[in-house]
Amino acid sequence: MSSVRIPPVLRTSTGGQKVVEIPGATVGAVLTNLVASHPGLGGQIFGEAGDLNRFMNVFLNDTDIRHLEVLETAVGERDSIVLLPAMAGG
Amino acid sequence: MTTELLGQAPADTDGSDDGRILGLRCRACGRAESLGPSYVCPACFGPLEVAYDLEVVRRRLTRATIESRPAGIWRYLELLPVATRPARGLPVGSSPLVPAPSLGRAIGIERLLVKDDSRNPTLSFKDRAVAVAVTKAVDFGLEALACASTGNLAGATAAAAAVAGLPAYVFVPADLEPAKIDHALAYGATVVPVQGTYDDVNRLCLEVADELGWGFVNINLRPFYAEGSKTLAFEIAESLGWRLPDVIVAPIASGAMFTKIARGFDELATIGLVERTPVRFVGGQAAGCSPVATAFAQGSAEIVPVRTPDTIVRSLAIGNPADGRHAVELARASRGSVEAISDDETAEAIRRSARLEGIYPETAGGVTLAAAEAARRRGVIGPDDEVVALITGNGLKTPDAFRHGLEPRPAEPGMPGLAPAIAPSFRAFEAWLER
Repeated sequence: MSSVRIPPVLRTSTGGQKVVEIPGATVGAVLTNLVASHPGLGGQIFGEAGDLNRFMNVFLNDTDIRHLEVLETAVGERDSIVLLPAMAGG
Repeated sequence: MTTELLGQAPADTDGSDDGRILGLRCRACGRAESLGPSYVCPACFGPLEVAYDLEVVRRRLTRATIESRPAGIWRYLELLPVATRPARGLPVGSSPLVPAPSLGRAIGIERLLVKDDSRNPTLSFKDRAVAVAVTKAVDFGLEALACASTGNLAGATAAAAAVAGLPAYVFVPADLEPAKIDHALAYGATVVPVQGTYDDVNRLCLEVADELGWGFVNINLRPFYAEGSKTLAFEIAESLGWRLPDVIVAPIASGAMFTKIARGFDELATIGLVERTPVRFVGGQAAGCSPVATAFAQGSAEIVPVRTPDTIVRSLAIGNPADGRHAVELARASRGSVEAISDDETAEAIRRSARLEGIYPETAGGVTLAAAEAARRRGVIGPDDEVVALITGNGLKTPDAFRHGLEPRPAEPGMPGLAPAIAPSFRAFEAWLER
């Protein structure tokens, strides 16, 4: 099980939980399982075509998955996934 | 007269916003949210922005009203998400728009004007955005002001927090230019160096903002912060006698300022203060971190993030720009461009601006001026266009940049450069002069 950190704006869909433990061998599988267990997250995590919402940045152990294998990135048992809005200042 | 002084003027409205500020609205799905330190749409995760009733603004705000007010960004209060002019704050804005004929001739643009925004209290345009953000932080009762910074924002946030009496936490890449770190320290900020790129800093700050509730000016106060950049557009239009230029040239980091200038022009036209004339938007990025320029060149709207920026232009080194997509769309739709500029070109542009116009920009300004030249070369800018280039920061912030690419050698008489140290005698000077 990897841990997925949920941002505050999405915690109403996880019953207020900050971190949830979710199984899955890839980032895509973890996110799909996350939505299966917390259906309220579907509209925020995935876009209409089933791809990752373009406003959602996903980090595996603090690395943006777009620098890895995106949704195909392998996930280990003790890995940590963080979901954050696409936002940068300057 | 004292109360008319910049930054010291009293509130000039009755404390209400007359219904002109509607709240926050999701830029992606349009969902309305109430005003608060929030920045993400709970429905679609898209970015929130401030929504106005421009009809109310149109009735209240005239050219004469604006012209009767003291200098500074609060001249345009009704187009900002603030109910009343803050009682106290730094004197931000009303920077000069100056003709740059020598520089213009050098790059083939006869009507080149420079918006010298290095003349703000902390020497960069970031003071505009922070002035709005800090006002909202005080409105919302937030306990601390904070930011993730590539440098210019660090000083701006630290100074604004000092005036507001709030503690400031400034997160920067650990290898940032020392001058920028010292600048923030001088104002009393707590500076937190983070071992990573700006994007690493930003990711950390997103988590900190969510958990601690501090007012991060460019994260949970971002909808308000970004509005401050519109004042660049308002000032340019007013300085031109209430009309728009043919071309705007500006640097792109996150893309927020670039796109907010277009929004500012659009709002002025909507409320009838200027005629809606076409403006081309030309953006500049450093070639060593150019995700927006790359998307533009490839005809794509998708921004592929840059993992490891490699450029002297630290203030633009955002590998994952939040408004990158909007910046590309603006450049394309306005028939402008986004130019990728090498560090050598940036340094040369800094030197040329300083030597021809007496205006000494930091690296982002060098990128902007080199982008103007590049866009002129490829015909995006025509020889007769009226072009406004934004110098967004002062060269003293990046004191080593102008030397980039220069061979270090002692100056000879009649040459610019650093002469060798001489003994304090006329004979020694004469010996150097006649060698």
